[in-house]
Amino acid sequence: MTTTTTTRPRRRVRLDSTVIVYIALVVVIVIGAILVNTVGRNFFSLGSIRDILTGMSVLGLVAVGQTVVILTGSLDLSVPYVISLSSLIAAETMRGNPNNIAQGVLFALAFAAVVGLANGLVVTKLKVNGFIATLGVGLIVKGYLDTNYQGSAGSVPAEFQFIGATGIGPVPISTIIMLALATVVFLFLKKTRTGHHIYAVGGSVEVSRLSGLRTARPVIFAHVICSVMAGLAGLLLASRLGVGSPTVGSQGGYDLLSIAAVVLGGTLLGGGRGSIWGTIGGVAIFAVLDSVMSAIQFNPFLKDVVRGVVIVAAVAIYTGRGLERRRTRFATKEVKR
Amino acid sequence: MTAPILEARGMSKSFYGVEVLRDVSLELAAGSVHALVGENGAGKSTLMKILAGVYQRDAGQVLFDGAEVDFTHPIQAMRAGLATVFQEFNLLPERTVAENIFLGREPRRAGFVDTRGMANATASLLGELGIDFIDSNARVASLSVAEQQIVEITKALSFDARVIQMDEPTAALADHEVELLHSIIGRLKARGVAILYVSHRLKEVFDLCDTLTVLKDGALVWSGPTSEVTHDSLVRMMVGRAISTYFPPALGTTTVGDARLTISGGGNGYVDGIDLEVRAGEIVGVAGLQGAGRTELAEAIFGAVPFTRGTVTLDGRPVRLRSARRAVKEGIALITEDRKAQGLALQQSVIDNTLLVIRGVFASRTRTVRREAPGILSSLEVSFRGLDQEVQFLSGGNQQKVVLTKWLATKPRVVLLDEPTRGIDVGAKVAVYQLMRELANQGVAILMVSSELPEIIGMSDRILVMHGGRIAAELEPGSSEEAILAAATGTIAGSREDAA
Amino acid sequence: MSLTTTSPTFGSRALGAIRVLISPRGAVFLLLAVLLVSVTVLNPNFADPSQFIRFIQRVSPIALVAIGQYFVIVSGEFDLSMGSVITAQVVIAGNLIGQDESKSVPVLLLMIAFGIVVGLVNGLVTTLLGVPSFIVTLGMMLALLGGVFYVTGGSASGNPADGFREIGRGGIRGVPVFDIIPWAVIVLAIALVVAIWISKSPFGKTLIAVGDNVTTQQFSGVRVWWVKTRAFIISALCSTVAGVLLVGYAGVHPSVGRGYEFIAITAVVLGGVVLGGGRGWVVAAVAGAFALEALFTLLNFADVPSTWRDTIQGVIIIAAVAYSAVAFRARRKTRTPQASPISGKEPDPDGDPAQSAHTQQNHGG
Repeated sequence: MTTTTTTRPRRRVRLDSTVIVYIALVVVIVIGAILVNTVGRNFFSLGSIRDILTGMSVLGLVAVGQTVVILTGSLDLSVPYVISLSSLIAAETMRGNPNNIAQGVLFALAFAAVVGLANGLVVTKLKVNGFIATLGVGLIVKGYLDTNYQGSAGSVPAEFQFIGATGIGPVPISTIIMLALATVVFLFLKKTRTGHHIYAVGGSVEVSRLSGLRTARPVIFAHVICSVMAGLAGLLLASRLGVGSPTVGSQGGYDLLSIAAVVLGGTLLGGGRGSIWGTIGGVAIFAVLDSVMSAIQFNPFLKDVVRGVVIVAAVAIYTGRGLERRRTRFATKEVKR
Repeated sequence: MTAPILEARGMSKSFYGVEVLRDVSLELAAGSVHALVGENGAGKSTLMKILAGVYQRDAGQVLFDGAEVDFTHPIQAMRAGLATVFQEFNLLPERTVAENIFLGREPRRAGFVDTRGMANATASLLGELGIDFIDSNARVASLSVAEQQIVEITKALSFDARVIQMDEPTAALADHEVELLHSIIGRLKARGVAILYVSHRLKEVFDLCDTLTVLKDGALVWSGPTSEVTHDSLVRMMVGRAISTYFPPALGTTTVGDARLTISGGGNGYVDGIDLEVRAGEIVGVAGLQGAGRTELAEAIFGAVPFTRGTVTLDGRPVRLRSARRAVKEGIALITEDRKAQGLALQQSVIDNTLLVIRGVFASRTRTVRREAPGILSSLEVSFRGLDQEVQFLSGGNQQKVVLTKWLATKPRVVLLDEPTRGIDVGAKVAVYQLMRELANQGVAILMVSSELPEIIGMSDRILVMHGGRIAAELEPGSSEEAILAAATGTIAGSREDAA
Repeated sequence: MSLTTTSPTFGSRALGAIRVLISPRGAVFLLLAVLLVSVTVLNPNFADPSQFIRFIQRVSPIALVAIGQYFVIVSGEFDLSMGSVITAQVVIAGNLIGQDESKSVPVLLLMIAFGIVVGLVNGLVTTLLGVPSFIVTLGMMLALLGGVFYVTGGSASGNPADGFREIGRGGIRGVPVFDIIPWAVIVLAIALVVAIWISKSPFGKTLIAVGDNVTTQQFSGVRVWWVKTRAFIISALCSTVAGVLLVGYAGVHPSVGRGYEFIAITAVVLGGVVLGGGRGWVVAAVAGAFALEALFTLLNFADVPSTWRDTIQGVIIIAAVAYSAVAFRARRKTRTPQASPISGKEPDPDGDPAQSAHTQQNHGG
């Protein structure tokens, strides 16, 4: 044979997606700092750093949960309603009494877990895809919220508000909690069998099944984790607001934003590949964008326009990278004679 | 003599009433390499999958190490020590080598996955195969095909496999990688592992295998030591059969016109150096083994995966077939090899499928064709309950006829067919052959890709044989099956390669 | 074995009709009948023609978005931006027409153009950039609402001239029996006729086939991107018309369109249209819209708070999707899992058991 068929895929050195997102973050920070400077303010002031970190904490919790679900190839659109529900349950259980804090947290997270379980079961047992299943469950919760609550309710005792308000220097406690939980989930994915199986099921259900895995379990687990994280986000918001609110989740656009952060962080929408730290990078990018837009007094409504475009663009860029191409035998370039 | 480690007796299997394996028996001795040979569709793959636990046999017995076994799930076979390396690897590309090998049985330490232990175990397994250049923590997607195959073999080893089946293991490997595989097989042999080696590459069979079994049309032809056969006798056992008489008279009845389709220097990522010509009224058959690039050739001509080099001429006019739509407008039709996935919209009705291309590309002709459609369908003797019946409920033969009707409605001047009679009954086959001959008589240029040698021989006015993405040989009509297979396996330098 | 042609008798036609009613395809009509009867039982006035026609007027915007969503879903995609398109169009009408009736027609044309642009963007980003449609349309929703609020400063902005509002509010008066035939009903009737015509046209048939099997369409030379984009344009135009109607009786309000995309999906799913595409009848989708509103009316009369609507929609969506997944999986033979050339390798000829069978066939001679 005169040709050498190459079987090693010819490619340039691949940059890890997580590295890419942090490079993007640096770029965004630099551009943001310049923009902020032009209006005479300091991007790196303690106040604005605290704002950015605060902004990261709620979205970070939700996005970490969303990452786990997306890794299995599913999706969770019910998070905004779980967030609202959890804030209300916590606030109403606590009723301003510091002795009820533990109970309030427990109830809120328990309910969140139940919703997650429902999501997981609808996806795996009723064989409805994640988007529709969580859309439906989300609507169900929304109806409950709309019926029973006309406005904020309950009240959060001062001791609990402490979490949402204070910090160590410029670093809010809420951000520390978020990063700690992100680390826990990261370790879960890396160091437990279920964590490994989450990646496996997202990568290929067939291969997983052939290897003897029970493919429903990791998916259900993932949905429960996601909803519990959303529940934690609701608790955090309750701590900040001092009350529970039926609209705090949907107002924040946490469904779309969390998906966007996950995608920006390099996780494939189809599942099987991704990292928690990439997601945190994506969350940081959105938090910085937000802060910059506030600082330059960008109209808050136009902010949504920017967000919408960024989200779609992020998915568009990453969709191209995820596609696998059939192995070629010959060079595809035209041979000029 | 010690008892064989694996013994299959009287294996039979039918699918949808069609017999694919009939009373096949096989014996594997520990520490030996046994070849399973046969042309496409002989039943090798089915037998392998039954042994692997993917399919269940209808009749027969499987004895593993003397005890009867009945695997209902592939993981059972793996755990028992019977591993299989398929052509399509069962690997998770985004996970590491170690994670893939230990999927589902990740070792634990203090309740947590022992990632370091996993990596070390993987490294030592690789070492046993003499491999030191694969990193246990490398992402499988970053490995070459040969390396991924090694991962699959290592996975088998991690199950302490005593029998490893390999399906066409060298199909995608370069020469030096084949050598590596052979050395690995040597090590496995030394450990006492028995290997079932399914391959078309007869040279390897003779180099590597101690014993072999020949299957033809689902039945056992011969089984015994490799030393007792020659290359020629082997090929004869694989294919020798009388050509059936139901092909319409081909040669000499059609007036062949000028060249309709001419390609020179055609190539893309999958095929190269394509020089061919199909004249009006001619049926050119394209033979070759799986992976030779025949489907890719058809797709390139059709513009689905276009040529990036070379020129294509239609009826004397150069054309650039950059997309399927362009090709369809120029009067080229492609009957794809997988009608369910690529040729039909299964939930739509017969009439809607028939009008698929017309509505999509020649919408203005819809009304006229709608009136003609029932006529075409009945001339092909398509059997269905009504024009509104969903196509998914038709038999394979009738589905294929609907696909043909769909394309006939566009009045093509070049028709490309990829495995036109795959999975359809005899009656429908005859109808398809007759249709092809009629089209040729009307001046249509026809290119037919087929794995069925009798079909190639029975229908073609000229025969092209592909190998390795190129046209390896051009053979006379009426060539023997042996000659075609020889050219397809690359063991005979055909007229093309010599002339080049 | 030749083509069977029998002219259907009346009896066999009636039997066929009944069979359709019970099947997943026709179940929505049965459901609709049951619901309408139930409502009438609870409130006999409902059957009064003048009341009933007002019911149809109420359903009109919902039925319109159901039509639009139908075309998108049947092609295998989703349009979650419908509600925000409605809101945006309503705001445009409110702000640009103001009290100047003479501006009605030019603004209407502008609204149509705007709808076409939105549909174009949705379609092109989904097909050419490969972004999943639910993300594209969710992003569009975010951007549109943001843009709308930016323009209005976050608050409701007046009501357009009465002449324009007449479309949604008024109708042909002094009609015997019905009292009034609302313009909304006429608009819906026209839209339904147009929708049926589209679904029977080559484009409409190709659209369904695209939703059924994109690969087959690609191998048939169809411009899938243009086919799907047109579905998105239709959807945006339907939202536009729904917006025109809503200006009439809901006025200009930043939340006027909220939730309409989910109502549309619920209606379509109730109508037996399969999410994922390839199957479904536009009339059934409209019937689904009617059934949904009838259900809400029924619950209203039963004193169930309207705040439960979302929950009910959620349950319906999950139930309908789960049911159709089960029902159609049972009927459908397993598809060959062969890889298509776009994503896979040359498939193993022995891979599909049915296909490897063929080599056993040709040696009868």
